[in-house]
Parts: sequence; C-alpha cells; structure tokens
Amino acid sequence: MGARILGLRPSGAILLAFLAAALVAPFVVYPVFLMKVMCFALFACAFNLLIGYVGLLAFGHAMFFGGSAYVTGYVLKSWGWTPELAILAGVAVSALLGLVMGALSIGRQGIYFAMITLALAQMFFFFCVQAPFTGGENGITAIPRGRLFGLLDLSNDLALYYVVLAITGAAVLLLYRTVHSPFGQVLKGIRDNEARAVSLGYDVVRFKLLAFVLSAALAGLAGSLKAVALQLATLVDVSWTTSGEVILMTLIGGIGTVVGPIIGALVIVTMQNYLTGFAEWVIAIQGAIFFVTVLLFRRGIAGEVERFFRRRAAARADTRRLSTTAEITDTTV
Amino acid sequence: MFDIPIQAIFGQLLLGSINGAFYALLSLGLAIIFGLLHVVNFAHGAQYALGAFAAYLLLTYAGIPYWGALVIAPVIVGALGIVFERLFLRRLYEVDGIYQLLLTFSLALIIEGTLRALFGSSGIPYNNPLPGGVNLGFMFLPYYRGWVVVLSLALCLATWLIIEKTRLGSYLRAATERPDLVRTFGINVPLMITLTYGWGVALAALAGVLAAPIYQVSPGMGANLLIIVFAVVVIGGMGSLAGAVIAGFGLGIVEGLTKLVYPTASSMVIFVVMVVVLLVKPAGIFGREAR
Amino acid sequence: MAEAPPLLSVRDLRAGYGPSEALHGVALDVREGELVTLLGRNGAGKTTTLRAIIGLMKGRTGSIRIDGTETIRLAPERIARLGVAYCPEERGIFASLSVAENLVLPPVLRPGGLSTEEVYRLFPRLDERRASQGTKLSGGEQQMLAIARILRTGARILLLDEPTEGLAPVIVDQIGDIIADLKRRGLTILLVEQNFDFAARLADRLYVVENGRVAACFTAEEARADPARVQSLLSV
Repeated sequence: MGARILGLRPSGAILLAFLAAALVAPFVVYPVFLMKVMCFALFACAFNLLIGYVGLLAFGHAMFFGGSAYVTGYVLKSWGWTPELAILAGVAVSALLGLVMGALSIGRQGIYFAMITLALAQMFFFFCVQAPFTGGENGITAIPRGRLFGLLDLSNDLALYYVVLAITGAAVLLLYRTVHSPFGQVLKGIRDNEARAVSLGYDVVRFKLLAFVLSAALAGLAGSLKAVALQLATLVDVSWTTSGEVILMTLIGGIGTVVGPIIGALVIVTMQNYLTGFAEWVIAIQGAIFFVTVLLFRRGIAGEVERFFRRRAAARADTRRLSTTAEITDTTV
Repeated sequence: MFDIPIQAIFGQLLLGSINGAFYALLSLGLAIIFGLLHVVNFAHGAQYALGAFAAYLLLTYAGIPYWGALVIAPVIVGALGIVFERLFLRRLYEVDGIYQLLLTFSLALIIEGTLRALFGSSGIPYNNPLPGGVNLGFMFLPYYRGWVVVLSLALCLATWLIIEKTRLGSYLRAATERPDLVRTFGINVPLMITLTYGWGVALAALAGVLAAPIYQVSPGMGANLLIIVFAVVVIGGMGSLAGAVIAGFGLGIVEGLTKLVYPTASSMVIFVVMVVVLLVKPAGIFGREAR
Repeated sequence: MAEAPPLLSVRDLRAGYGPSEALHGVALDVREGELVTLLGRNGAGKTTTLRAIIGLMKGRTGSIRIDGTETIRLAPERIARLGVAYCPEERGIFASLSVAENLVLPPVLRPGGLSTEEVYRLFPRLDERRASQGTKLSGGEQQMLAIARILRTGARILLLDEPTEGLAPVIVDQIGDIIADLKRRGLTILLVEQNFDFAARLADRLYVVENGRVAACFTAEEARADPARVQSLLSV
C-alpha cells in the first residue's frame, strides 16, 4: 500500500533527497555546524527506533551518546589511536552499556522503563563526574581528529564532513532497512500488542533487548562522531538535559517516522544556534516548545505531513469507490 | 575495623535522615499523584524548587518570614499545579501515557529554565529560622534539622492516615481502582483528580521551603533530587505509600552511612541499590504489580 | 390510559466505542415503579444502553430524560445525583476496601434510601463478612454487595446489568427475591438479563434489543402467554 516515487517509498525518496542536498550543503553552510546536525540526527534516529517502533520511552540515552564521546575522545587524545578505531571503540562501549542497561530495564513497562533508564544514566553521570579520564568539569577538550586509516587527514573540515556523511548515511540506511525488515515488523507487532506477540511465540524480551542494543550502539556512534567533529566531550553530553533534548528532537520531527528525527535535529540544532544570544533563556524556550508540541502537535512535522497525504489518498479512494458503486447500481434495473 | 567515632556515626545518621526526609516527602507526593492520575510527575523536582523560590521571594519582597512561607508557598505552588492540571494535563488523559509524562517534563524545563534566567544558576542563601541546637552527648542536634525530620514524619503520617482511614481516602483508593464506577456513585472524580495533583504539588513545594535553609535556593535543586527520588520509587515500588516513605528515609540513612565508610560511592549508592532491587525483586520492595 | 410521563425516557440514542457505533437509535420508556427488562444476545447493546443512561458513554447523542431532566450531555456524577444508581456487569467490588467500606462508599445523595442497618438486615451474609476484604467474597456475595451498596444512596432508578450471571441457581433465586422486594418498595428498575425465565418472572415489560436497536416490546402477560415467540427473537 502507499504510493511509490521512482520505485521507493516516500520516506526513502525523502532520505535520498536529503542525501543529495547534503552532498552540496558544505559549500553553502559551515561544515562543522552541518556535522553537528548530522550527529544529532543520527542520535535522534537511534532513539526513535525504541520509541517509534518498539514503544519504549528511553530517558537515559545520553549515557550512550556521551559515554561514547568520552571513550572516543580519550583514545584519540591520550592513546593516539586512529579515528576509525576510536569510533569503533566508542560504539563497542555503548553497545556494551546498552546491553547492561537494557537487561536491567527491559522487563518493566512504560513509565517504569523511563524512570529506570533515567536513573541508570544519572548513575553513569555521577561516575563520569568523578572518573579521572573524563576530565571532570572541563571534559576532554581539543580532541585531535587524526588521520583516517592513517591516511586521510580529518582536520580538514570538508574531508571530515564527507566521512561523517558517509557514516551517518550508512547508519540511517541500516535503520531504514531494519525498520522495514521482518525484524522491524515483529518490533511493531510488539509495540502494538505485546500480549499477542507473546502468544504467537515470539521471544519478546530478546527482540526488545536487541533493538535496545542497536539503538544504544547507534547513539554511541553519533556521540563518537560528535567528539571527532566538535573535538569536545563534556559532562553535558551525559546529562539528563541531553537525554531530554533528543526526545524533543524526535517529537518535533515525528515519532515513529523515518525522516522525522532528522528534521527534528535540524530544527533544534539550528534553533540553538540562533538562540546563543539568549543563552540564559534557552532551557525555558526549549521547554515551552516541547510543551506546545506535546499538547498540540504530537505527530511532529513528518507525522503531520504523512497524515495529510494519507487523508488525501483516502478521500480519493472514497470518491473512486462511490463512483464505481454508482455505476453498478445504474446497470441494475 | 570501623574505627569511626560514635559522634560521626550519629552525625551521619542525622544527615541521612534529613536527606531521607526529602526523599520520603517527594516520593510520597509522586506516589499520590501516580496512584490516582497514573502520571509520573516529572515536574515534581521543579515544583519543589519553586516552593523554595516562593519562600525566598515572599521573604525578600513581602517580608513574610519562614513560618508564613511554610503555609503560603505550598498554597501558591499547589494552585499553579491545579491550573496546569485543569488546563493542560487533563487534555492528554485520553492519549498514550508517555505524552502526559513528556508534558510534565517540559513543564519542569520551563520552570527551571525561567528560574535560571531570572536568578542565575548559583544558590541563594536563606536564613535558618531556628538557629542553634542542643548537645545530646553522642551528637549535636541542630534545632532546624530536628524540625525538618519531625515535620516530614508528621506530614507523611498525616497523609497516610487521611488516605487509609478517612472517607475521602476511601473515595481516593476506590477511584484509583475504578474511576468510572466511582463517578456513577455521584462522586466528582475529575475534581478529586485535580485536587490530588494540587496536593502532591503542594507537598513538593512544602519540601522546598523546608529545604531552603539547608540546601540554599537554586534553580537546579530539584532536578538532581528528582532523579534520585525516581530511584527511591523504583526501589520502594510505586503502588505503596508507606513503601515510598520507608524507602525514602531508609535510603537517606543508607546514603549517609555510606559516606562514613566509602565517601566517593555515596552519590551512587542509591542507584546501586536500585540495580540490586531490579535484579532481585523488580516490582520493588513494597511493590504490588508483577511488572 | 393517561398517566404521568415515564421516569426514564430514551429516544434515538446513539453511542459507540471509538470509531464504531454500538447503539443505532435506542428508544425505551420506564415508568415509575416499573421493572423493565432488556433482553438480547451478547453484543446486542444492552450493557452499552445502561452505560449510556448513567453517562459513561462519551459522545452519546439522542435524548435521555430522567424525571423530566435532559441528561444526554451530563457527567455521570450529575446523573447519579438525579437519583440513578448503576450496578455494572463486572460488579466492581474494590479490592483495597473492606466489605463495610465498599458498602458505605457510595454517598447518600437523596433521602429515602435504606439505612446501613436496614441493608445489613436485608443481606445478612454481608453483615457476617463486614471486615473481610471486598474481593475475598464469593461471586454471589459480591453481587449482593454490589446491589446492597446502591440501596443506601436514595436512588429511585436502579440500573442492574446481568445480576445473575455466573451464579448458582440457589443464589439466583435469592437475588430474584431481593429484586422483587425492591420493586415492592417502589423502586424503578431497568434490568439487563440473558436469563429469560428470571426476567419474565420479575418484569412488567420486556424489550428485546438487537444490533443496537429495540427490536420488540412485550408486556409480562404477552411474554408469559407466548414465551416461544420471545425466545425465538433471542436465539442465535
């Protein structure tokens, strides 16, 4: 069901359009800013896998994002690793943390899950405050970007940009394929009616855990890339405010849509950029936007667009059906 | 082995009881709101901070001292909570529960963000209304801290009595189980829900006033406390009010004693206990449901 | 024969759950002191009709007049105060309350209800188990408690949803006696039942509900004279 554009689902076509725009964007917009957007877009997409397709509201994803940023930053700066190994290290640590957090929290439903993930992430935050390798209040600064595979010098913003684009593009493609795969269908089945999935014989806990680890690993990938691109890893990255921010991005963009989180990240990161003049009011303004979105605008940008097109298609199908029925009744005497 | 002077132990026990008092008061408020509304009030910490700020503002601009603020601040903040529930939160009752959670979370951001913008991030001192103390021999008991523990215990007990022993409490307990049926008895459940939210918020604000002389008044005072309170609630189990209070005081004392033995771990010990509880009895120590 | 307008009057009642409509224009009357039964198959709309009358169906349209007052827009707590009490199919005994607490939970809304002692005299089994937890009672005892607690409120109209479902014949008889006694005391009762014999014994009139509408109406004499005709409307 659903229209196809050039043989792709609409979401696939939009992603392709984003990619095309991203290929030329760094010549128009500051590449480091774009890389920040891409990192948070990936972060939001990873978060969206859990809330949109499994129905789990994870409130502690900063643990993976920031934890991975610290790991990558540390091995790049203090151990002199090459960036691809540093990123892999970050992702591996996030996946492991994801396994632990997932195992502890998956068993509980809805609000308990949210509270447990938040509390566990806060525990990690306190750990990071005290651990020596995180650099405490200052964080890890001036992270060297290094040479990719020992060859490509990533301190060139443009070169790094295309590397980050390739990686995030591949990750988003992975998510896209996962969501539309049989595995993704099972996840959606669990989200819609868990009891039924259990009665059908699915090991629901294992599916949820797998999704959680995947989400954590990709959130970690986003954090690693951010550490390389912005050359900074701080306590903010592991704090609850960052966990809350990724929720806001996904909500504004559209929970459960493929494209939504990307749009949401773009909106929020751009907004933060323009609000630097109002630094003290940023939290309050973001909170107000969050508030209004939850009350009035829950489907998010991509969600509202989807709804608009679905209604139009349904209206057209209705008129077609009615005219067909009229023809039939016309021919009966 | 524990070469720690008895004075230090009781000193930490007292400190732990005070922290525990705040954990208990806030868990109780959360549990009351959750019981009837089935909403986790993520704004609870911000409303606690708002109570402390209300006390500070009442003193600075209206000359109302601590004892007046203790009554007025919860009323003001509770009223704001009622407005929020009536105008906004209520609209989300028909929708998936996560949106109610997110709405209260965004309210917390608005409150904390506004406080930060208006007052800055650092703490504002608030004078101790009960200076001095008494030397009990095995420890020195400051009057104010003793007052905090006594009042908290009294409030928790009073709340428990109202809910378990009065007619109004039986309406509340019944409405928690079957709100629609209780409405058919002629009881205005929607009004009860609104007032219950207000009561929970007022409790948080009262805790804020109590906290002002001890922890100072700062916009961020609620956020970190709330996350610890979430851990307390997971440990105690959400279904039980008594459990919330016992877990709150108990964990405060555990935290205080940990400072004696292993100081660097004290900020994390409650979370560690939470992990253990999740592994051993996921429903919480006093919890009722299976999941 | 001209008489006072019905105490409960329903016209063109439509209501549903979410997008699907369950009632497609129900119309019925209940006069003061009458016992009227709604019969029908599972899913016909009997329970939905009662829920609509007590105000629990959102978005209901049509007209429901109780003692002259239009209640189609009113909240359940307002409708209850007009003197209507509802005893749901699932009985709704509260686990966190004792039998005694369950019994006195519904507040007295109007004068004329039974006193607590009168209720205990009518239901001696409940008197014995006053302190037990509400849900520790047997099915029959819970049904009695569900009926007993609404008798204190002073309600004049009782909406009873399948009070005999799942109960042993001995208990069914006891409940039948209690309902007959309530009718003698002058209460107006709208009873939903699947058990035709039980209904025919007590009712003044019977409505057959089918697919969200009233399909037929019989007086008690008509139903007793030709039970087969009524049964045929109920069979699958």
